[in-house]
This record gives sequence, C-alpha cells and structure tokens, in this order.
Amino acid sequence: MSDFATLADITGAPEAWPDTYGDEAKPRMGFFTDTSICIGCKACEVACKEWNLVPDDGLVWTGESYDNTSTLGANSWRHVAFVEQRTPLRVDQDGDGDALRWLMSSDVCKHCTHAACLDVCPTGSLFRTEFGTVVVQEDICNGCGYCVPACPFGVLDKRHLPASGPEDPTPLELPMLGKKEDGRVWKCTLCYDRLKGGHEPACAKACPTNSIQFGELDTLRDRADQRLAKLQEQGWNGARLYGRDPEDGVGGFGAFFLLLDEPEVYGLPPDPVVPTKDLRRMWASAALAAGAVAFGVVGAFIGGSR
Amino acid sequence: MNGDGSITAVGTEMRSYYGRPILKEPVWRPEIPWYFFTGGIAGASSVLSLVARLAGNERLAKRSLYVAAAADIVSPVLLISDLGRPERFLNMFRVFKVTSPMSVGSWVLGASGTASGTAAFLELLGRWRPVKYAAEAVSALTGPPLATYTGTLIADTAIPVWHEARHELPFLFGASAVASAGAASTMLVPPAEAGPARRMAVGGVVATNALSLAMQARLGMVGEVYHRGESGKYSAIAKLCTTTGAVLLRRRGRRSRVASVIGGALVLGGEASLRWSVFKAGFQSARDPKYTVVPQRERIRASAKNGQ
Repeated sequence: MSDFATLADITGAPEAWPDTYGDEAKPRMGFFTDTSICIGCKACEVACKEWNLVPDDGLVWTGESYDNTSTLGANSWRHVAFVEQRTPLRVDQDGDGDALRWLMSSDVCKHCTHAACLDVCPTGSLFRTEFGTVVVQEDICNGCGYCVPACPFGVLDKRHLPASGPEDPTPLELPMLGKKEDGRVWKCTLCYDRLKGGHEPACAKACPTNSIQFGELDTLRDRADQRLAKLQEQGWNGARLYGRDPEDGVGGFGAFFLLLDEPEVYGLPPDPVVPTKDLRRMWASAALAAGAVAFGVVGAFIGGSR
Repeated sequence: MNGDGSITAVGTEMRSYYGRPILKEPVWRPEIPWYFFTGGIAGASSVLSLVARLAGNERLAKRSLYVAAAADIVSPVLLISDLGRPERFLNMFRVFKVTSPMSVGSWVLGASGTASGTAAFLELLGRWRPVKYAAEAVSALTGPPLATYTGTLIADTAIPVWHEARHELPFLFGASAVASAGAASTMLVPPAEAGPARRMAVGGVVATNALSLAMQARLGMVGEVYHRGESGKYSAIAKLCTTTGAVLLRRRGRRSRVASVIGGALVLGGEASLRWSVFKAGFQSARDPKYTVVPQRERIRASAKNGQ
C-alpha cells in the first residue's frame, strides 16, 4: 500500500509482517463481531477480565441503558455498548407506534492493518505478532503514553491503580497490582497466550450466541459478507459492515463488526484514518521548519552581529 | 440528548454514544508542554550560539551556549518524570523508528543534549577547544530539528486539532523556539551585544502570531478550541505577553537593560503560554466527539460526491 507511510516504505525494509516471521508466520487471525445477535450478556467482558487478570475499572452506575463500562480502556478490553432507539428493527415495519430496538455491540481493539499505536511506540513495546495482531509487551512499555492519543478509536489507555490503603478493596493479589501505580498502557492482546496454545480468545469462547466469532481473517470476511447479504435480504434496518474493507483509512481491521446503525452511534469513528498515513509529508514539513529556524537565526545577524 | 443516543452539535446534526468521547485524551502531564518550551529554547539557542561564535560575538555565543545546555539538561528530566515507568527511560533507545516522532526525537535530544552539555562544560573549563567546537557544531546541527519535531510529534496523533494542523505545527513550534531562545539571551546579554537575540525574539513573536492565525483559520470548526476553555485562556495570554514583550524590546531594548529583561521575560512567558494553549487544545479536541465525527462525516460526504 504505497498510500501509507509505513516503517517499511520509509526505510525500504521488508514489510514487518508476515515476512519477518519466516516459517513461523501464521495466517492473520481476528474477530468478526456480529452485533445483530449480541444479547448484551457481557460474558465477553467477564471472560476477558478473568483470563487476562484485568483489574476492576471502578463500580459506577451511569444510567446509560445497561452500560456501566462506558468505554474501552486500560482495564476494559471488551466493552458492550447498549443503545436504545425508537427505530423499527426492520425497514418494512411501521416507523410510528411502539417501534423500539435495543442495539448491543461488544467493542474491542481493532488490531488495525496499519496500527497507529504500533507505528508511534518509541520503545518497540507494541509489536505485531505472527498472527498479525497488535500486542503491548508489558515488560518493555515505559508508559510514555504516545499510543493513547494516537489511536483513532481511543482504545489504549494508561493504567492507574487506586492508591493502596486499609480500605482499598483491591480484588487481585498479584505482586504488583494495587500496590503501586502501574503507569503502563494496556489493551486487548487478542489473547496472544491462548492463540499460542491453539485456543480461541476468552471472549469468543465465552460468547453464548457466537456474536463474537474468532478465526482466520479471510474466512471471517467471507462469512461477514454472507451474513450481511442475509440481513439485507430480510430487511434489517441499517445493517452494515464496519472495518471489513482493506482499503479503508487503517487498511482494514483485524477485528471488524457488523453494525445496525452508523458507527458513531456506538461510539466509533465513522471514517478512521491512521495518523501516520501522511507521515512522509509531515516529516518534510518538520525538516522545512527546521531549515526555517536555522535561516531565522542566521537572518537575525544580518542587521549586525552585536 | 435524544432518546436514540444522539446529540446535536451546534449547527450540525451529529450522533454519538451518550455524548462520550471517541478518542482518549492524552495522558501527558504538565512536564510535556514545559518540555516543548525548554526543548525549543535549547534547539534555537545552540544555533544562536554557533552563529554568534562565527560572527565574532563571543559574549552572546557563550551565554546562549549556557542557555542551550541548561535547557538541554532540564528537558530529559521533564520527559523522564512524565513517564509512567521512569526507571525504564533507557527503553527509548532500544530502537530507532522513523514512524515514531518520539523515537526520532529521543535520539535527537540525546545527541543535542550530550553535545551542548559537553560544549558548555568545556567552555567553562576553557580547555580542549577542538572538541568544544565539534560539540558546538553537533549541537547546532541537531538544534533546529529539536525545535520542530515536537510539533510533528503531537500532529502524529488522532487528535483532530493537532493532526489537521500537521503542516503548521512544526513551523509554529520552530518560530516559538526562535522567539524564546532570542528572549532568553536578550535577558542575559548587555543590550549593546544582544542585537541578534533581540531580533530573534521580535521576529519570532511576529512569526508565531502569524502562524497561529493561519493555523486556526485553516482548522475551521476544529480550531475553535483555541478560543474556548483553558486553551483559549492560554492563547489570549500568549498573544498579549508576546506582543507587549516584542514591542518593548523593539522600542527600548537597544538602550535599556531593564527593558530588555522585562521584554524578554514577557516574550518567554508568552511563548510558554502558547505551548500550553496548543497542549490544552488537544485535550479539549479529544473530549468532544463532534470534533472527531463531524470532519469525518464531511470527508465521507466529499469522497462520495467525488466518486459519483
């Protein structure tokens, strides 16, 4: 994709994935989250927390339908969104009357083909695995926080743990957790450890309706196309795929979705673009500006050196 | 907020998830805008020092070298203090990545800081002149990129008010660096020998204000955060202080040491405030989903129109 200023095409080095893995390269794995069959049980949130030992995110009642998780973050790697709408489920149904639909969608890290977090990480802590997924190495991350505003989906965040005290109800007994500030960034790993062992990620395993489907990305894309065609044939209102297109601003998602309304209704950006897409020209601007600084200083001596 | 989870932005129909942000606000603390400020001073001061040396203005050369070294020593301290894991700061030098302005910047700051620190130390000692000159040259070469890469660093994020200004920010930060470095040396050098520094301060102020206006004009709706909240406050302070300082330096700086010190301090304060206004603008831009959704919707509409 010459349109993207990836590390590979700036430096002329081979594309990092999958070539660098040689014989160890695996097919690209991902999620297809079909929100039309999500029942909002949040089993994915719970399974993720349990398997990955993700600490609690505070207990609050938001009043926003059944959603008290609110957003993805360092301590929420799956987030089920709940949207209540006065919209009929099917296009042929009458718009007025008691038409009501309840949209539920389990959000997750998109494992982008062109991942901003991975591009901007200065330590190499974020890397692309042999499965084509994007993972933070927590023994490398120094908490610089660059990936946090770089992500076009607001997925990553720095983990802040509650100050430890006698009244601190820290539920986990890991050596580090709850005892001091964590200070690193965390996000979905697509259960890298489980993938290595030949298992599917915890959320997909726990999903009772198969709304979260795990598999080879190519297979999932085909399956999603068929599912969308079926829903459209049945006249479902607003059905669309989100992140399936490899030509979109992030080169397609490794974890993509079937939504029943516009992405922003679920808190997702309608047209995400990886910020490093234009990086070559951005570096050109920085270089020109550096030249302007040098000329500016030299210019200040034109009127005399004293 | 409507029942279907949509909110209406001013003048634009926009839908969102309970009005919640789509992007995450940066997790950077006050150390970062202060580093933008000190890194800029360091970068432009090292260039000023070398040019003054070559032009035969020794006092200006020496003092601006000390300014550069001091700012170069403070800068990494600020950056390390902002890390979530400060003890892991050396991980910044595990790799060199052109796709990460922070990686490139770490190496530039490392080189620039070492060079200007060495040069200033040898200047104090008065020994090993060839080494000192070599260090000064390295410091002056790495100075300009040090002054501008921070603009690219914040532009290389998804924050609309930063990313959409990706071609203005390095120039704005560069101009601000020239102004601050000039102002710092103007304060430290007798007026009779501070001419170039004074012209840097005044010229830098004119350039920063012009570039700010141009940037905000091009940002359109996304740029309105520069007139709101904390960013708006810092913007106004920046404009007032830099302009007053520059006028004072231009009118009285040549004759009066007092006017030079006051004018220089005003410019420095104003340029620090400018960095803060840009910093805060990013938080405000991330916080309101309309800055993410409305431009992206417009982009979709525009490309649909072009496609037909």
